[in-house]
Amino acid sequence: MLRITNLFAKVEEKEILKGLNLTINAGEVHAIMGPNGAGKSTLGNVLSGRDGYEVTDGKIDFNDKDLFALSTEERAREGLFLAFQYPVEIPGVSNMEFLKASVDAKRKHHGQSELSAVEFMKLARETSKRVSLDQAFLKRGVNEGFSGGEKKRNEILQMMLLEPSLCILDETDSGLDIDALQIVANGVNEMRSPERSFIIVTHYQRLLDYIVPDFVHVLANGRIVKTGGKQLALELEEKGYAWLEEEAV
Amino acid sequence: MSDFQQLALQLATQQQSPVWLNGLRAQAAVDWQKVIWPTRKTEHWKYTSLASLQKNVPAQWAVANDSWQQDVEFVAVDAHRLVFVNGIFDAASSSELPAEVVLFSQANIAQQAVIEQYLGKIVRGEQHVFATLNNAWMNEGIFVHVPRGQIFSRPVYVVHVSTMSTQPASVNQRLLVVLDENSQAEVIEHFVSTAERQNIFVNALTEIVVGDNAQLQHYRLHLEEENIQHVGAVHVNLLRNARMRGFTLALGSRLKRIDYQINHRGQGAELDLQGVYLPRNNQMVDYHTNVQHWVPHCTTNEVFRGIIADSAQAIFNGRIYIHPLAQKTLAELSNKNLLTSNKAEVNTKPELEIYADDVKCAHGATISQLSSTALYYLQSRGISRSEAEVMLSFGFINELLQQVAEPAVRDYLLPRLAVLFGRDQTLLEMAD
Repeated sequence: MLRITNLFAKVEEKEILKGLNLTINAGEVHAIMGPNGAGKSTLGNVLSGRDGYEVTDGKIDFNDKDLFALSTEERAREGLFLAFQYPVEIPGVSNMEFLKASVDAKRKHHGQSELSAVEFMKLARETSKRVSLDQAFLKRGVNEGFSGGEKKRNEILQMMLLEPSLCILDETDSGLDIDALQIVANGVNEMRSPERSFIIVTHYQRLLDYIVPDFVHVLANGRIVKTGGKQLALELEEKGYAWLEEEAV
Repeated sequence: MSDFQQLALQLATQQQSPVWLNGLRAQAAVDWQKVIWPTRKTEHWKYTSLASLQKNVPAQWAVANDSWQQDVEFVAVDAHRLVFVNGIFDAASSSELPAEVVLFSQANIAQQAVIEQYLGKIVRGEQHVFATLNNAWMNEGIFVHVPRGQIFSRPVYVVHVSTMSTQPASVNQRLLVVLDENSQAEVIEHFVSTAERQNIFVNALTEIVVGDNAQLQHYRLHLEEENIQHVGAVHVNLLRNARMRGFTLALGSRLKRIDYQINHRGQGAELDLQGVYLPRNNQMVDYHTNVQHWVPHCTTNEVFRGIIADSAQAIFNGRIYIHPLAQKTLAELSNKNLLTSNKAEVNTKPELEIYADDVKCAHGATISQLSSTALYYLQSRGISRSEAEVMLSFGFINELLQQVAEPAVRDYLLPRLAVLFGRDQTLLEMAD
């Protein structure tokens, strides 16, 4: 599914990722934990191809394609999805229009016809129920005036509609209360399948009580410094990151 | 006098008007000869050139034309409709009118008296060059009178159609709206042209009085194609506790200049004014607004947004003037501009002049390009860069369109502007 080899990346001349290696097979759930500034969000942004994130070395294969040869939108259409830590508010662009445009873009890319407005409305309504998001949110501007929890549920709604093969959740648990956390986690768990992989970027072990990972990685100083099973998350919760950062230097 | 002034004077003498208007017209013709023709050195015409008027002199009055119907679609509103084609009333396309809505030429004695009481008076003293010309040129006009305590159940909908003329030609339009105390009405002015190459110069002046406790919804839509030259103005007096909710929109053209002059003359008056301008290609749009607070306890909330594409040019000059007596004023003015091309140009100047000490005022103008974060967000969902740009541009004005109070106007504008931005209109309608 995804193979990251010796990845180096800079943001504004500051080297953030320093030789990161990570392989993810189909169907696996990988949690990436680590201290602030370790490069967790940078990894998500590099994967989705955000401007300003300069890759200086290394390569990423995504479904046997060179990821760096694809634009941000092509990566999305090929099945890469990044759930944002801070979903963007876009007043004036209706959520419905936005969702349909993204679903249609993916369908066209795969040689399918666009959905009719009626077909799409039906799909969007059904899907928004799955994340307990009131249909009224479809009519509002994209994330406009949504609470933190509503924004994250809207991210999961997009994920469900786009049916990506690789889902990257960037601190999706930040700013969520327990109820919203459960809804988000249920959404992710519903989507788990042998063909779909997840990268769960998080600070806290809490989310991993709900979304149980196959692997837990610790990202520190721009590299994966430790990999383990789900117990590692519990160990981190207890001991913090400092001992690993010291090891990594 | 400039060439245009000379010519305009000749045109004035060719107009036939009701006899009782002759005094006003004659005085205006005298004033017109003393008018100082605006040049680039005139502050309020600094960025808007009248050279095209001078060069392409509209030396005759436009004549009626009946080959416009297929090009023009009306706002689907159940209204008292008046249609003018090249400035000439088209009775066949208009609806039957109530007694309170008349042409100047058909006004009865009582109505003539009310017209004479207000016509040219609301605009007076503001030394608006083209208002003087409109007075001198006036042959006809529309008078809307909402009597005390009356609520118009249907809007008054005035459509001005401009077509192709054999030679560049002129059109004069005049509207007078008087709302007596405790009355309510909605007025929609809709300027539109046929799709041919138009060569009309339109001078359209609207005067409005909103009486004590009266409420007006006013729309002025400038949807003419790009070769139209339009100089228009809306002059308003708001009396005690009057409320006006105004919305205006302008597509660009060779010359499009619209002035709003609004006076808070009675305590407790409230103004909400929103505007959208969308010049493209080589078009221009110039909005000048001037809201004056003469008395205490009035409120102004003004929001204008523009998207300037290609090599187009926009000018926005928004002035709010708080006179010394106007304590407890609340006034806000916001102007945001989006440039979608390197060659697009905007000159924006919000002006706040405050001569009272107990007021709450804010103003601001921004010029920006599309948010890179929002573009990235859309692209990360598979939407192409170009489509994302269009979506965000449309979203920028859609925020204002969504607030348009008259659903028929909103329903008319949304799909038309969506087409301009290449958006899927069926979904817009369904999401509504």
